[in-house]
Amino acid sequence: MTTTLANTELDLAKLDRRQVNRALQEAAKGDFTVTNPGGTHALACGLMHPVSVTIKGHCGYYAAGMNKEASVTIEGNAGTGVAENMMSGVVRVTGDASQSAGATGHGGLLVIEGNTSARCGISMKGIDIVVGGNIGHMCAFMAQAGCLVVCGDAGADLGDSIYEARIYVRGRVASLGADCIEKEMRDEHRAELADLLEQAGMDADPSAFKRYGSARELYNFNIDNLDAY
Amino acid sequence: MADYSDAPRTLPKKPWTFDDHTLSEIRRAAATGIYDIRGGGSKRRLPHFDDLVLLGASISRYALEGYREKCGTDVILGDRFASKPLHLKIPITIAGMSFGSLSANAKEALGRGASAMGTSTTTGDGGMTPEERGQSRHLVYQYLPSRYGMNPDDLRKADAIEIVVGQGAKPGGGGMLLGQKITDRVAGMRTLPVGVDQRSACRHPDWTGPDDMEIKIQELREITNWEKPIYVKVGAARPYYDTALSVKAGADVVVVDGMQGGTAATQDVFIEHVGIPTLAAVREAVRALTDLDMHRKVQLVVSGGIRNGADVAKALAMGADAVAIGTAALVALGDNDPALEAEYQKLGTTAGAYDDWHEGRDPAGISTQDPELAKRLDPVKAGHRLANYLAVMTLELQTLARANGKSHVRNLEPEDLAALTVEAAAMAGVPLAGTSWIPGQ
Ligand SMILES: Cc1cc2nc3c(=O)[nH]c(=O)nc-3n(C[C@H](O)[C@H](O)[C@H](O)COP(=O)(O)O)c2cc1C
Repeated sequence: MTTTLANTELDLAKLDRRQVNRALQEAAKGDFTVTNPGGTHALACGLMHPVSVTIKGHCGYYAAGMNKEASVTIEGNAGTGVAENMMSGVVRVTGDASQSAGATGHGGLLVIEGNTSARCGISMKGIDIVVGGNIGHMCAFMAQAGCLVVCGDAGADLGDSIYEARIYVRGRVASLGADCIEKEMRDEHRAELADLLEQAGMDADPSAFKRYGSARELYNFNIDNLDAY
Repeated sequence: MADYSDAPRTLPKKPWTFDDHTLSEIRRAAATGIYDIRGGGSKRRLPHFDDLVLLGASISRYALEGYREKCGTDVILGDRFASKPLHLKIPITIAGMSFGSLSANAKEALGRGASAMGTSTTTGDGGMTPEERGQSRHLVYQYLPSRYGMNPDDLRKADAIEIVVGQGAKPGGGGMLLGQKITDRVAGMRTLPVGVDQRSACRHPDWTGPDDMEIKIQELREITNWEKPIYVKVGAARPYYDTALSVKAGADVVVVDGMQGGTAATQDVFIEHVGIPTLAAVREAVRALTDLDMHRKVQLVVSGGIRNGADVAKALAMGADAVAIGTAALVALGDNDPALEAEYQKLGTTAGAYDDWHEGRDPAGISTQDPELAKRLDPVKAGHRLANYLAVMTLELQTLARANGKSHVRNLEPEDLAALTVEAAAMAGVPLAGTSWIPGQ
């Protein structure tokens, strides 16, 4: 561990994952740089204090999983389930992210500057996710709350079985999933979107986006909806 | 023409294939267009622990004196990788049942009863309630596909973590909690609109196979400092492979739930036609552990239709380390009590058959979110009843273990068993009574 006044370096070439994660989890505050991540899984997960962490390179699965309060930047790509079940704080991926980014997140902001794959925002429960590029299929599946903002295109079956989450897409949507429909963009939505784009540092015009959400027709079982089941 | 009008007639005969119950279901389906949803486990006669007997002591086996010689019952769960394994006084645990399907009072009562006997209780789909955490000395936190109410603080408050891949009542199916039970509190804990029919996912959202699950287990350990035992719970579908893959993924404990296992609400067709009986599942799970040289190193918890100390003794003799009970615990709290017969009649059912737990109208105040009904269950008294019942099961278990010459219940072994039916002999892999024949061997 190299500590300067401003920053602590944690080098995965010298420390093992447990040592790095423990240092990050136990710190009450401070700035950290993690070097040589080399695709390590479960890195910087379970953080619970307002620390600031920069990971220099690519991460494996579940990077910054269950994050609370911390601000984590991955300067590279992230594997499956980045910021899964995040509670609060900010997680930023400067490259691309794999499947299930931000899955089941309860709060906080996840920013993916590049593209992300299938199931981004699956079962999201209050997290906000902003993606600079495109997203894969089945994103926001059963999404319950929070916003998914996509500056590029969305893959097939977007928002399948969505509950109360809101989706904003600037590009093309390959197809919408069951019970997901395009909805009117009102002023409150444009304001919400502008705020999220600004927080994420994305230069995009809110009026170029369309909004999608639940038609709420599958909320209670109804035999007339048989074709949708 | 001969007159046969006075001739004797054969009695009217109802078909076995189309019995009254089947006919009533066809009529119900025709009238409503909806499949039948219910709680509980498989209701049909299946090969079960009743089809096994314990042999007892004889000239070649030395019995222990009842009430005098000690027969230990404790069990350690999770010492493969966890630095803080659970040390339970008895090998009978309370299975995961969600707050949502059960009232907060019922969850509290389960915690009280389990804690009084030094055993664990388990959360469920819907998260951890303070009532339950407060009253449970050993609390296992379920990690389910829905991740309702899932948060790292509760994860750290738990004494163990159970990754739920499946349930015996519905291997391959997700949870279901219908609108009537999604009250403000339940909805809040699950981040759902009040009154929706909630279908929890059947697959985990952030992994797709055993190799991914291995990484997920690492993440959970990293978040909890490698302290907590990690269980993997599977419904009895392919128990040999599911157990082996759980071991490979790094589980400390494998929970195998057979098709008799209860559920809060599932389609009847699912409950009755998917999965294999508990008896068959135990044997396959033990075989996987033995093949990997992991038997007793990764503990096996068995559930699905456990009712008394004899079931426990037989499960342990087959190689389980502990059992879990769901339905039986609810009955001990007061579920399906004949004293409430008049109210069951009003619901169109009868005590012992009541299984419309998803409707939330439980007169016993257990499987409900209606505040008036829930008030009927006194968590302290109900907790006492559960503790008594667990004590009886434990005494029965010890009685049977001593009769087989065991100073600790964990020493029960397959050699102490014989089967009463060919099916049970084949499934459990023990000889048919009076023979040395194990079908298939
Ligand atoms: C009312 C009720 C709710 C249940 N909820 C859950 C649950 O949330 N998660 C889970 O893994 N299993 C759940 N189960 C299944 C039990 O954990 C357990 O596998 C089963 O009850 C064992 O079989 P038994 O009821 O025959 O003892 C539930 C069972 C019942 C009866």
